[in-house]
Amino acid sequence: MDTPIHTSIDTDYPEHDRTSTGLPNVKLAIWLFLASECLLFGALIATYVLYRGASIEGPFPGDVFDIPYTSVSAFVLLASSLTMVLALAAKQRQEENQMRMWLLATAMLGMVFVGGQIYEFTLFTREGLTLSTNLFGSSFFVLTGFHGVHVTVGILMLLTLVGFSLADNLPGERGEMSVEMIGLYWHFVDIVWIVIFTVVYLIPTGK
Amino acid sequence: MRKKALWVLGLIALAVLLSACSPNNQQDSLDPKGPYAQKIDTLFQPVFWIAVAVFVIVEGGILLLIVKYRRRRHQAASIPPQIHGNTRLEIGWTILPALILVVIAVPTVTTVFELASKPTGDNVINVDVYGHQWWWQFDYTDPEIAFSESVPLKTANELVIPVDTPVYVTLLTEGGLITGDNPDYKVIHSFWPPELAGKQDAIPGREGHMTLQADDPGVYKGSCGEFCGLSHANMRFQVVAKTQEEFDAWVQQQKADGVPPTAGSAEAQGREIFASEEEQCIGCHTIQGIDGPTEGLPPAASNVAPALTHFASRDCFAGCIFERTDDPEEYREALAAWLRDPAAVKPGSKMPDYDLTEDQIDSLVAYLLSLE
Amino acid sequence: MASVTVPARRGGLLRRPSATTGFWSWITTVDHKKIGILYGVTAFAFFLIGGVEALLIRVQLAQPDNTVLTSDQYSQVFTMHGVTMVFLVVMPLSAAFFNYLIPLMIGARDVAFPRLNAYSYWLFLFAGLFIYSSFALGGAPNGGWFGYPPNSVTDPSIGMTFYAVGLIMTGIASTAGAVNLAVTVINMRAPGMTLFKMPVFVWMGLVVQFLLAFSLPIITVALFQLLFDRRFGTIFYDPDAGGDPLLWQHLFWLFGHPEVYILVLPAFGIISEIIPVFARKPLFGYQFVVFSGIAIGFIGFGVWAHHMFATGMGPVANTAFGISTMIIAIPTGVKIFNWMGTLWKGDLRLDSPMLFALGTVTMFVIGGLSGVMHSVVPADYQQTDTYFIVAHFHYVLFGGAIFGLFAGLYYWWPKIFGRRLNERAGKVQFWVMLIGFNLAFGPMHVLGLQGMSRRIYTYAEALNLTAWNQVATVGSFIIAMAVAIFTVAAIASFRKPRQMVDDPWDGRTLEWTTTSPPPEYNFAEIPTVTHLDDFWHNKYAETDEGEVVPVPAGGAPEHDPGHGSAGHDGDGHDIHMPSPSYYPILSAFGLPILGYGITFESLVWLAPVGALVMLIPLFAWALEPSAEEH
Repeated sequence: MDTPIHTSIDTDYPEHDRTSTGLPNVKLAIWLFLASECLLFGALIATYVLYRGASIEGPFPGDVFDIPYTSVSAFVLLASSLTMVLALAAKQRQEENQMRMWLLATAMLGMVFVGGQIYEFTLFTREGLTLSTNLFGSSFFVLTGFHGVHVTVGILMLLTLVGFSLADNLPGERGEMSVEMIGLYWHFVDIVWIVIFTVVYLIPTGK
Repeated sequence: MRKKALWVLGLIALAVLLSACSPNNQQDSLDPKGPYAQKIDTLFQPVFWIAVAVFVIVEGGILLLIVKYRRRRHQAASIPPQIHGNTRLEIGWTILPALILVVIAVPTVTTVFELASKPTGDNVINVDVYGHQWWWQFDYTDPEIAFSESVPLKTANELVIPVDTPVYVTLLTEGGLITGDNPDYKVIHSFWPPELAGKQDAIPGREGHMTLQADDPGVYKGSCGEFCGLSHANMRFQVVAKTQEEFDAWVQQQKADGVPPTAGSAEAQGREIFASEEEQCIGCHTIQGIDGPTEGLPPAASNVAPALTHFASRDCFAGCIFERTDDPEEYREALAAWLRDPAAVKPGSKMPDYDLTEDQIDSLVAYLLSLE
Repeated sequence: MASVTVPARRGGLLRRPSATTGFWSWITTVDHKKIGILYGVTAFAFFLIGGVEALLIRVQLAQPDNTVLTSDQYSQVFTMHGVTMVFLVVMPLSAAFFNYLIPLMIGARDVAFPRLNAYSYWLFLFAGLFIYSSFALGGAPNGGWFGYPPNSVTDPSIGMTFYAVGLIMTGIASTAGAVNLAVTVINMRAPGMTLFKMPVFVWMGLVVQFLLAFSLPIITVALFQLLFDRRFGTIFYDPDAGGDPLLWQHLFWLFGHPEVYILVLPAFGIISEIIPVFARKPLFGYQFVVFSGIAIGFIGFGVWAHHMFATGMGPVANTAFGISTMIIAIPTGVKIFNWMGTLWKGDLRLDSPMLFALGTVTMFVIGGLSGVMHSVVPADYQQTDTYFIVAHFHYVLFGGAIFGLFAGLYYWWPKIFGRRLNERAGKVQFWVMLIGFNLAFGPMHVLGLQGMSRRIYTYAEALNLTAWNQVATVGSFIIAMAVAIFTVAAIASFRKPRQMVDDPWDGRTLEWTTTSPPPEYNFAEIPTVTHLDDFWHNKYAETDEGEVVPVPAGGAPEHDPGHGSAGHDGDGHDIHMPSPSYYPILSAFGLPILGYGITFESLVWLAPVGALVMLIPLFAWALEPSAEEH
């Protein structure tokens, strides 16, 4: 009765450790989920691209974007992928303290990114760009907002991992798997940002 | 059971056969009345019969297999030979349908491009068709017909065309605030005169194109194809094909100003109500000869509601849900009912209910029906 | 039936539920079979509601200028009929079959993520109830199941907001379900069951889960755009601001066409199981049937714009999509020919499952042929948005999917409940439904070609469309009779004692090796698979001359369920099954709360409440072991 409670982000039941592919179920599931997410962001990015230059009134991207500023926050998010890798490595070495430190670092970097995004949004709003101003406003805020929500969910999961680890609820291989899966999600969100950053900020538009 | 199956099959066949019978409703895609609709029909007919042939072969085959191999009553169970497949057959029934489809695809492609090509020649008539919630506006933009380059000849719900002349239609949408909180929204409509052409959507922010043409004088009906709100069912129209001479005469008549009614008559009273500040009919409906939109009304008011200068020359109104019949009284009554409460006969109507008195309605009806 | 006792223990927020029977066992279940039954019952309830909506439509159209329904009511009814039948009937009914059968057919004890499975179901149920609550809360969706903007944005009633939020919710449920089932098929097959030893039904299930996973996110984005336009002031579909209504159509049909295959492939899978069993022959060209299913799945993503020929995409695009649509007819034809090949030289037993399966094939052929007519682009200029299309897709989705699903119900009912549906009732229902169906939808071909647009709440007498409309209305009521017969037969089946025959049809696949109904753990011993149609090969052997003889040790048809079966005597007490849980339903309950918060501006405070209600159980869920320790 006093066996430690498993975190069951992997809900695999114990009998079925053998799988047909040899891959854990949860890993397959995350990959499939992320593949599905690709299409979600694909559709959002496609909308942005389709409406590029279609806005009738300003402000236009050129009027509001601050590329150096956003580059820094993009770099911060990329750096968080590195800390995520380090967190998993620590977990694999069974160094819980190290892992918690790197997870917290990852979450912090994520928060810096989200904070930066919130600051950017307020700045844009002050410059007259809102959801309703023009197509650029609608498609920009919805696309980057969706991504921001994904990062926020990621931060929540990272903090949950830290909390579980502190409560000794992240044991052994299952714990390792949890860290790895959330890591996969986190890297995915980062990669999506690289695409968004390139398409939205770096590829110049007429208007 | 076999009999029942045959009976059902027979029923389907009967349905198909009867589909060839025209309902004489002037809106029958199987009864093309011009070269463009004809092109579609010429393509559709063989495809239909190929489909029927495939239908008969496949369904007949299935029935035959069922009849032949079914286990009869009191027949002992047996284990048939275990056939797992046959690659040659598989290849065969992959290639054979593909060949049939190629046969269908070739004329399909050529017809698509034929229908899409803009008609040329000096006799081509250009009409801008605007979809409104819920009526059709027809703008004749050709210099020979229009008042000027910027002022087209306008009519509503009834598109008049000369026979044997390609009419190049540009599909647009129009809308705007009429009054209160019931704006005419720009939404998607689809223009469909089945006996003269296929469909083309009118999509806000875009232009659609199609060509229609009638072989013979007559009335051809159509309706809106795309769901567009409460009165989608009431968004009808008709195309009236006339001989070239009749058409020219029609254009001249339409360009003339309305003749003012004699003072003191019911018609004159109606005209007064029509133009009054209070009822504001003139705010949305134009009648050439009556001063244009009063101040404070939307600038594009003339595009907001059907132009009525020659209202009585048309044979239908209110999205063509009311058609002129042999009995003039019927038409008069319909018009009165419409003015009494537009939304009651055409749900969601953008024309407000002005709470007109019966006297006012009578005068307006008299006036409108005098606008030949 | 052997029951698995699960000790209750403290852990997480709530005491672990332990009931294995009764009301709470259904609320907290994570058993794929119970969840499958829940899906089935819920979907059937929605089927009855959607059917009533269909009857209302037909009553309104029975007379020209009819006034049974107002235009506004009619718009709500036809929109909800479409939304219901697609999202709340055929999809969940297919999910019911997949849930119940996939683990049994691949020799697994449950799906990969049992609690996520329960979560998907509760999300779906609450989403359905959320959408239907709109009738009481200001008006149901009224812009068509296709929800084309700008009309769906500008419409002043609250309905289309419910539509956007509700469909996003069902989308979340379906995506979770899709990931779960796909992983189950890929990863949880019994030893020896390679991909090409899987039953075709499982294959079609796999294809459908991939279609769901890749098409749902696309419509989710479109629905968010619609929702944001309606609620938060974005202008994605405002043409005056440069917004393009066609973007919606592309996104919608990029989902919407794969959706057609999501709806119909499960039925194809079902009848690919039934026809071989009732012909006592293996499926003709198994690999071709599988590959054609995969091909349909792939090509299904490349034909979406054939719903948009009249939008003016230009002749090049129209031609391209016309041809891609013709191409998809080829693998579909391959399936039909292979089913015919299976009938050929068979020993055909025309029991009700087989009748419905044959009905599926014959009716789907009609829908397929009219589909080819739509790929002939110019013909589609006439036919699109008319009753011809209504006829076409009802032959596909009713003739294909619904007939197929009924075939499945008759076929697996004895397995699921241990009781047979009355055979006579089944035959009567089949013939009544077949006749009613053809009377209802056959004339719609004619109506469409004779000029009847879709979604019109009334038509003029002068159009001479009345007669065929009346035939269609009569047909629709005959269909209702058929459904009533089924409902009565279903209820009646529970009034007789259980027969508990393991293998009533002389089946070919693994689900027939276990008891009827199967024990919670499905198989006492996980089977080892050596053949396609493994169970058949355990019962019969093929001699070198192609003669088939019953295996002496097994003995057909009263075989001994020795190999890989559960046995009847309650062994399996030591099998460790996932424990029931409160958290899936608790968390799912937050979603509609969140939904109301988003839908109504005045209730925005509900949104964070709903989010918390969703989130808190998720934490408890994560802390709760999937199965309790002994």
